[in-house]
Amino acid sequence: MKNTQEGSLENISEDKETAETLVEIKNLKKSFGRLEVLKDISLKLRNGENLVVLGKSGSGKSVLIKCIVRLLNPDGGTINLLGENVGSIKGKKLSEVRKKIGFLFQSGALYDSMTVKQNLEFPLRRIKRDLNEQEIDEKVKEVLDNVGLPNALKSMPSELSGGMRKRISLARSIILDPVIMLYDEPTTGLDPVTSDEISELINSVQKKYKTSSIIITHDIACVRITADRIIMLHKGYVYAEGTLAEFEKSDDPLIMSFFK
Amino acid sequence: MKKLKIINLKKVQNIATARSIKLSEDTLDQKERANGFLQEVGDMALFIKQLFKETFSRNFEFKEFLRQCYEIGNKSLPLIIITGTIMGLVLTIQSRPAMAKFGAVTMLPGMVAVSLIREIGPIITALICAGKIGSGMGAELGSMKVTEQIDAMEVSATNPIRYLVVTRVLAATLMLPILVLFADAFGFIGSWIGVNIKGDVSLVLYIFQAFGSITFLDFFPALVKTFLFGAVIGIVGCYKGFTAGRGTESVGKAANAAVVLSSLLIIIVDMIAVQITDMLL
Repeated sequence: MKNTQEGSLENISEDKETAETLVEIKNLKKSFGRLEVLKDISLKLRNGENLVVLGKSGSGKSVLIKCIVRLLNPDGGTINLLGENVGSIKGKKLSEVRKKIGFLFQSGALYDSMTVKQNLEFPLRRIKRDLNEQEIDEKVKEVLDNVGLPNALKSMPSELSGGMRKRISLARSIILDPVIMLYDEPTTGLDPVTSDEISELINSVQKKYKTSSIIITHDIACVRITADRIIMLHKGYVYAEGTLAEFEKSDDPLIMSFFK
Repeated sequence: MKKLKIINLKKVQNIATARSIKLSEDTLDQKERANGFLQEVGDMALFIKQLFKETFSRNFEFKEFLRQCYEIGNKSLPLIIITGTIMGLVLTIQSRPAMAKFGAVTMLPGMVAVSLIREIGPIITALICAGKIGSGMGAELGSMKVTEQIDAMEVSATNPIRYLVVTRVLAATLMLPILVLFADAFGFIGSWIGVNIKGDVSLVLYIFQAFGSITFLDFFPALVKTFLFGAVIGIVGCYKGFTAGRGTESVGKAANAAVVLSSLLIIIVDMIAVQITDMLL
């Protein structure tokens, strides 16, 4: 596991410094009414890395990830996503950028009225319109194999367990071969064993599909398995930034409360 | 190894506090309350604008539209048939004594037909559909919103307005006139049963008498307003579902608000339609 090899961690950290930046957020602000959730957030996601955004519930982690794909409109600051300023694009251009992003929602967000197969086909049929039926079937089978659920094709979402839903949702997110994966609390509500399986799956997706990921979580087991770099949010600000080893060695009380 | 970078939180918090609250909380509350209604109207206008824009855009979701036509039309049919039949039956039984007083029992089929075609058929069907279809749309889209399914659609570069709203609004707009025709037809059958409780009139004679009293000018304005009723049900149901808040409670609220608002708007649209028809004809 990454956290057991400090030497390799340093190398990863140095390599990433020079790597291409896929997401760059500067001075991001977001309020809901009088509640300021994000007060001043700046961060970068580099090519090939898993960036974990850590923080307590209500610290604005999910709001941050939703601002990145413009599900929420920021009140201030800039988000540069794959070379595009997300705040200033709309319509077709925004759709083009979104096609390169995979998003795993906290609840899985599978379409209730559709089978697993229809859920997986949904983005393919709308975005890759040149694919024929056989190619669609092959792609669906491939992603299901990759998430370890090859026999779930005909199931309805209501028949699946929490872990299976997350896997299917992950399969739906990777079916369009995204460049960036955004994970919103991927292990929330799962037992420790399934949580670890999902975390390992995140790593395997990163390797197989060569994605870069932002992982929103407060689950330290997930952080330990997936993190190349960590950013900690607190009260709407970036509180700390570093590698897993640096966080684990920190004597800051807030950081220690997570890593004890 | 690089040293862990910790930002001075106290300093940034002080700056934020100094900048943040410019108006007192009371002033803001009053302003919010006053703006609430106008905000809702404005949001709905923007929603309708977006709906029109997507209706005439490329890549129409025809398969989903057909599915919605089936869900709205076919699945509402049994309820409409039962309601229509009872409507005709009750109207006939209730009207018979008054008509008998004036010795005009033979005019009963004509009177019932005009009432059903012009007003009772469209308005009762629309109100029933507001309850069944409007609440269904509000609850379904509301729960999709709460469980982030609409967000998931948006993130996967599928326009949720085009896929979810356009198809439902068009299906409701097209299916409601058809449901009203069924309600009218079964209303005639119910009325014929009602006439035969205290008399003996063949179905052919009854239909001949009923249709003899109806003109194109009775039928056409009623048909036009049923399209509007369908559009109102679709738009309000989808709007309320789409703008549902967070949590399961908001799903119930969205469904309830969809029924209440669409029923109210149906009655208002009916009143306006009747006034316009009265002026023109």
